[in-house]
Amino acid sequence: MLQNIGEIILLFWRTLRVLPLAWHQRRKVFDQLFEIGNGSLLMVCILSLFIGGVLALQTGPELVKRGLSFVLGGMVGESICKELAPVLLAILIAGRSGSAMSAEIGSMRVYEEIDALRTMNIDPVAYLVLPRMIAIVLALPTLVMFGIPVGWLGAAFVSALNNRIAVGFNAFFQDLRQVVDAGDVLNGVFKSFVFAAAIGIISCHQGLITRGGPRGIGRSVTKAVVNSIVCILILDYFLTRFLLYIQK
Amino acid sequence: MNPPAPPTPNVSVEVRNLHKSFYAQAVLKGINLRIAPGEIFVIMGPSGSGKSVLLKHIIGLLQPDSGEILIQGESINSPGIRDRFRMAMVFQSAALLTSLTVGENVGIYLSEHRLHPPEEIARIVAAKLEVVGLKDVEDHMPNDLSGGMQKRVAIARALVIDPQLILFDEPTSELDPLMAVVVGEEILKLKTLTRATSIVVTHDRSLAFGIADRVAMIAEGEILFVGAPEELKRDSNPRIHDFIYAELPALHSASNRAGPNPPKL
Repeated sequence: MLQNIGEIILLFWRTLRVLPLAWHQRRKVFDQLFEIGNGSLLMVCILSLFIGGVLALQTGPELVKRGLSFVLGGMVGESICKELAPVLLAILIAGRSGSAMSAEIGSMRVYEEIDALRTMNIDPVAYLVLPRMIAIVLALPTLVMFGIPVGWLGAAFVSALNNRIAVGFNAFFQDLRQVVDAGDVLNGVFKSFVFAAAIGIISCHQGLITRGGPRGIGRSVTKAVVNSIVCILILDYFLTRFLLYIQK
Repeated sequence: MNPPAPPTPNVSVEVRNLHKSFYAQAVLKGINLRIAPGEIFVIMGPSGSGKSVLLKHIIGLLQPDSGEILIQGESINSPGIRDRFRMAMVFQSAALLTSLTVGENVGIYLSEHRLHPPEEIARIVAAKLEVVGLKDVEDHMPNDLSGGMQKRVAIARALVIDPQLILFDEPTSELDPLMAVVVGEEILKLKTLTRATSIVVTHDRSLAFGIADRVAMIAEGEILFVGAPEELKRDSNPRIHDFIYAELPALHSASNRAGPNPPKL
């Protein structure tokens, strides 16, 4: 495990070192952006809508019972933009795009395509890892920025339409506007940027160390997704503490 | 970007006391070889004898436990050696990038190192594909091609580098005998065209004797023989003899052929 962490840090450093080559890899970056961003958009909409909805459904009736319905918009809105949208969308992207990255790079490793690149003096980090890293760190925060208002809408609809809550659309967003500011949204976007870097580097690393045919590729994909999710949740705790500290 | 390599036509290769083990199992046990510039050097041996591992050491894909590889007197691990000497390898599996078209595969070296504008790359790609007998396949995906065509695309990709040293790993494996002859002819043609030093790893005896200037026989990680192909055929070492003259018993013995007495004409 320590060896893996060391290798991941080294790969991250090597990726930063080839960052000046990003413009040359722009076509691959756009391809990956389309794959991660556009390909995930519908799923992000559905997920965000239902995250907001279920959060309103769980908290709304309890708040109404205690006569605190006027805080529903702010509470749900802040939860979505600071925690739920970045974390759950990162988990979605780890499952959808992280697995694809490790499978693609893993299969290239197993079928000697990466060796072929190396014999042609083409750096696999610049050719394979860099475009994926750039794409995911751009795509995930953008998806989160998109997912946050969709989540709010989901929560507002449920709050308005559910008889046990019955907080109107205007009342919901009025409270949300009082509590949530641009800093809170940036808070979630910053988290998603870090999560994206973690997903990208873990998935690419797993792909690059794949061994042993189709079974090895399967094992790499599983490890990439599981390790990414564990990493997201651990990072979330420390990022939250860090952000709370600097907001004091 | 790589600076253009010096115009040396070909390079020598020297393998010095090379040792390699995987999981405590010795695969190469002190290999010593000297390959002259411009020759076609064939490394023969049974499956699992360490031929491909040796080839991957020569191109620098694997690092030895001890010993060294010298390209024109310089260690394969010395910084910038790939900028000074153009080396290419044709893999056993062809190793074409399946997400790219044939044209993109063949031109990847030029496009990634930004050596020419796209129109010039397209012209070079078409020319190199024509050298290996392929036309109008640039827009095909590698998986749409037969095994033999994929091998020839891999050779075209190697040719684009304008190599001074070219390595072939089992170039005729998985090919029918006719296609194997075509690939053998391509390797001979390359010698005339490029004057590159060629190292071919194979267990295909007809290919080896058909193209080799010199042959090395490797078994269980040790070199048993290095010399001219005709000398290898005459070598008295029983391991070499068994490998060179191995035949299926049913084909070897006329008495085992189907039908007791062939009809008299």
